[in-house]
Amino acid sequence: MDYLEAEAIDIIREAALNAIKPVMLYSIGKDSTVMLHLAKKAFHPAPLPFSLLHVDTTWKFRDMYAYRSRIAETYGVELLVHTNEEGRKANINPFDYGSSYYIDVMKTQALRQALDQHGFDVIFGGARRDEERSRAKERIFSFRSHGHRWDPKSQRPEIWALYNTRIRQGETIRVFPLSNWTELDIWRYIHRENIPIVPLYFAEERPVVRRGDTWIMVDDGRFRFEPGEKPQRKKIRFRTLGCYPLTGAVESSASTLAEIVHETFQASSSEREGRLIDTDQPSSMEKKKVEGYF
Amino acid sequence: MAAELFTNSKPGLLDAELTQTLRFCTCGSVDDGKSTLIGRLLHESKNIFDDQWRALEIDSRRFGTQGDRIDYALLVDGLQAEREQGITIDVAYRFFSTAKRRFIVADTPGHEQYTRNMATGASTADLAIVLVDARKGILTQTRRHSRIVSMMGVRDVVVAVNKMDLIGYSEKVFREIEQDYRHFATSLNLPRITLIPLSALEGDNVVEAGLHMSWYKGKTLLDHLESVDVGDPDAEERPFCMPVQWVNRPNQDFRGVAGGIAGGVARVGDSVRILPSRIQTSVRQIISGLSYTADARTGDSVTLVLGDEVDASRGNVIVDLQHSAQVADQFEAQVLWMSPHPLVPGRSYLIKHHRKETTGTVTSIRWRTDVNDGARLAAKDLKLNEMGVVNIATAEPLVFLPYTEDRTLGGFIFIDRLNCETLGAGMIDFALRRASNLHPQVLDIDKSLRARLLGQRPRCIWLTGLSGSGKSTIANALEKSLHQRGVATYVLDGDNVRGGLNRDLGFTEADRVENIRRVSEVARLMVDAGLVVIVSLISPYTAERRMARDLFVEGEFIEVFVDAPLEVCEQRDLKGLYAKARAGNLVNFTGIDSPYEIPGSPDIHLRTTELDIPGCVNLILLALYR
Repeated sequence: MDYLEAEAIDIIREAALNAIKPVMLYSIGKDSTVMLHLAKKAFHPAPLPFSLLHVDTTWKFRDMYAYRSRIAETYGVELLVHTNEEGRKANINPFDYGSSYYIDVMKTQALRQALDQHGFDVIFGGARRDEERSRAKERIFSFRSHGHRWDPKSQRPEIWALYNTRIRQGETIRVFPLSNWTELDIWRYIHRENIPIVPLYFAEERPVVRRGDTWIMVDDGRFRFEPGEKPQRKKIRFRTLGCYPLTGAVESSASTLAEIVHETFQASSSEREGRLIDTDQPSSMEKKKVEGYF
Repeated sequence: MAAELFTNSKPGLLDAELTQTLRFCTCGSVDDGKSTLIGRLLHESKNIFDDQWRALEIDSRRFGTQGDRIDYALLVDGLQAEREQGITIDVAYRFFSTAKRRFIVADTPGHEQYTRNMATGASTADLAIVLVDARKGILTQTRRHSRIVSMMGVRDVVVAVNKMDLIGYSEKVFREIEQDYRHFATSLNLPRITLIPLSALEGDNVVEAGLHMSWYKGKTLLDHLESVDVGDPDAEERPFCMPVQWVNRPNQDFRGVAGGIAGGVARVGDSVRILPSRIQTSVRQIISGLSYTADARTGDSVTLVLGDEVDASRGNVIVDLQHSAQVADQFEAQVLWMSPHPLVPGRSYLIKHHRKETTGTVTSIRWRTDVNDGARLAAKDLKLNEMGVVNIATAEPLVFLPYTEDRTLGGFIFIDRLNCETLGAGMIDFALRRASNLHPQVLDIDKSLRARLLGQRPRCIWLTGLSGSGKSTIANALEKSLHQRGVATYVLDGDNVRGGLNRDLGFTEADRVENIRRVSEVARLMVDAGLVVIVSLISPYTAERRMARDLFVEGEFIEVFVDAPLEVCEQRDLKGLYAKARAGNLVNFTGIDSPYEIPGSPDIHLRTTELDIPGCVNLILLALYR
C-alpha cells in the first residue's frame, strides 16, 4: 500500500512538473477521488498545480452531482465541467440511442472538445490496469497523437521508473498514476485514509429494476420503463459509477468501508461487469480507446 | 476473489501494511506456454472472476488453440491483434493476491523483435520466471532472455521447466536440463537460481504439487513466489539517498525538496550532503503526505525541509555523509537499444538519469554483445534490440553509482531530441578516469578581445544542402565578397576536410555524424579565434545540425539551406557522382540511397533555381549586417 502510494505520488509529480498545461480528469468516482487525494499529498503544502475536469454527460446519478458541488471547496481546487452542447441540444441519451453511439457523442467527443478547447497537454486519468485487458497493455505515460488517437502497437518502452515526459507539438500524454492498483487496493486505501466518497458505494435500499443480469437504479424522472416494468426496492450498492441508466448495481449489505473491503475480497465477479459499455462490441474497450476514450 | 485461500482469518486485509508486493516478469520462447502459465496461476489461486471466466470460454471457442479446452493464453493477450495471431506483442501487467502476498506480473513477449519489451518488463522485476519447454531444453531464446534478465539486475530467477506432461514427467530429462542451465548460468550474474518442473496445461507444481512428480521435493511455483525475498532486504541498512524530484516552494516561508527515497532512512536532525555541489546541511523537517513525521524510509515519497537556506534543485541528490555516490561526466555503460533508428557515436541524445535531464554523446562503441552467447563483436552502431558496451560523455555531471549496486542511480534512458521517442536503456558500469583528470585552462585573452582586434563579429555560416545544390560555389563567392570588405574568413569545405582531418571517415551514418561533429568543433575553435567561418557541408541530419548550433552562442550560428530539387542537382552533376550512384557504383549517397532531412526553420533559405549566385550572397550579407 505504501509502495503504491509512493509510486502514484512520484508519477503525479513527474507528469505535472514537465507539463505546460496539465489537467486531472475527475469522474466523481472512487478511483478519481483516490487520485485527487494522492495529488494533494504529492504537492502539499503547495496547492495543486492543475484544475480538475469533469466531462458531464448530464446522465450521472443525482448523488454524484451533489458530491461534485462540494469537491472544489474540500480540496481547494478549480473544477471545470464540460458537456457536448450539440449532443445535449440533439437530446442524445442512453435510452433512444445505443450505448455505443451515446458514449461516443457524450463522452469521447465531449472529452476531445474539452481537451482541444483548453489546450491541455498532460491529462491525468484514474484508470487501472486490472479493469480491462486492453488497459493491462497500456503504459503509465500513454501518448496520443494529434486527434487523441492511441496506437497500441507503437507505445514507448517504459523502463524502470524513468518516465519520458517529452512530447512533440500537437501530441498529448494521458497519465495513469493508479495503473498498478486493483479494486481491492483502492478500497483498502479509502479505508486507511478515510477518504469521503459518493454514498452510492454504500448499501442502502434504493428503487431498481432488473435488466439482464443486473440491477438498474431509477434515479430520476427521465427513466424509461419497459412495458410492464415496475421499480422495486432492493438493498444495493455500486462498485463502479457512471451514467445511471448504464451502470448496474449489486445486491449487498455492505454499509461500511470495512464491510466493502471484505465484500470486494470475496467477490466472484469483476467490478466492470456492472459497466454495460465494455461489452457492447468485441474488443470494444480497445476500439473506444483508439478513438480517444480514456 | 481468492476467498478460499484466505480461510476465515483474512490476515492483513484491513491492515494493509502487512501485505508485501512481489513484482515478477515471465519470459521464454514463443511456444513455451508463458501466457498459459499465468492464466493457470490466476485461475488456481482463484483470481479469475466469474464474468471474466465466461468471456474466456467464449473467446476460447472463437480464437482458442486448445481445441475444446480453455485457452488460458486468451486471458492475458489483451490486444485484438494478439488474440487473432495467438502471440504476445506487448508487455501486459497482471495483478493477483494470495493470503501472503500481492503480485504484479509483467508478461513479456517471446519473439526476438520484442526484446525491448522484455527488458522493460524485467527492469522493475524482483524475480524472473524463464520458461523452458522440457522437450526442447535450453534454447537460444532461453540464453538470450537469461542474459537480459541478468543485465537488468534481476536477482532471483526461476527456471520453469514446462510441458513435463509431454515427456512422461521424466526426472532424468529434468535433471539434464537443470545441469545444462546451471552450467550456462555460470557466465551470468544471477545470484539465485531455482528450477521447478511443471505442467502449465495440467497444473502440476503450479499451485498444487499434483500426483505425477513425487520425485520432486521442492516448492511449487506459487509456494516459491510467496516465500522468496522481496525487493532489497538490506535497503534500510544502506546510507540515505534521495534524488530531488521537485523543489516545493509555494511561498516565501516554505522551501522543501520532494522526491522518493532510493535507499536508507531519513531522520529529522540527520546531517546530509547535496550532490554534486557537496554542500553539507541537515534535515530539519520531513513531510509525508499531509503531515510531519520524524523519519521516512526506502520507497517513501516525501518532502524534506533542509537546515540552511541551501541551494538544491531537481536532479541533485541528497545523501548521507557516508554515501558512496560519485560524480562524473564520462562513463562506461551497458546499452540496450530500443529504436529502429540505430545508436551512432557522436550524435547528441537527451539523457534522463533519475531526476536529471541532460544531453550526452556516445564517444565510442567498445563492443556489441552477442545476446545469445555473450561474445564481444566489433560494431560501428547499435541497432534495434542490440546490446553493447559504450563510452558516453554527458554535458553535465551525473550523480551515480554502478547499476549493479543501485538500480536508481545506475540506470538511464536515451531520448531522441527531435521526435522525443525513448531510444534505449543504459546501465552505468563505472566512471572513466580521463574525465576527472581534465581541467579546462582559463585563458586571459578571450573571444571578444580577439574579435575586437580584428574589428569584426565572429560567426559561423553553415551551408547545408544536397550535393550539387551550389554550396561550394556560394561559399566561394561569399568569402570573396567578405574578403573585399576586410573581413577575416575561412571556408571549411566538406570535400577538403575529408582529404585531411577526416581522411579516416567513410559515408555510413555513423561516419557522417562524426564528420559533422569534427567540422563543427573546428568551426567553433575558429569562431573562438575571432573569424567568420563558412562551412559547406551536406550535413543531412537535423540532429547534427542542431548539435552544431548548440556549440555557439545565440546569433553566432546562421543556418543556410541551399535548396535545389534533387532532379536539378542530378542534372548539374558537376562531379559525376549522381551518375555513379544511380549506376550502383557509389553507396550511401545522399538523396539516392541515404536520406537528406530538410531543415525545418533555417535562418536563410536559398532557392538556387530561382536566385543567381550574387543574389544568394547578397541575402547572406544582408543577414550578417542587419
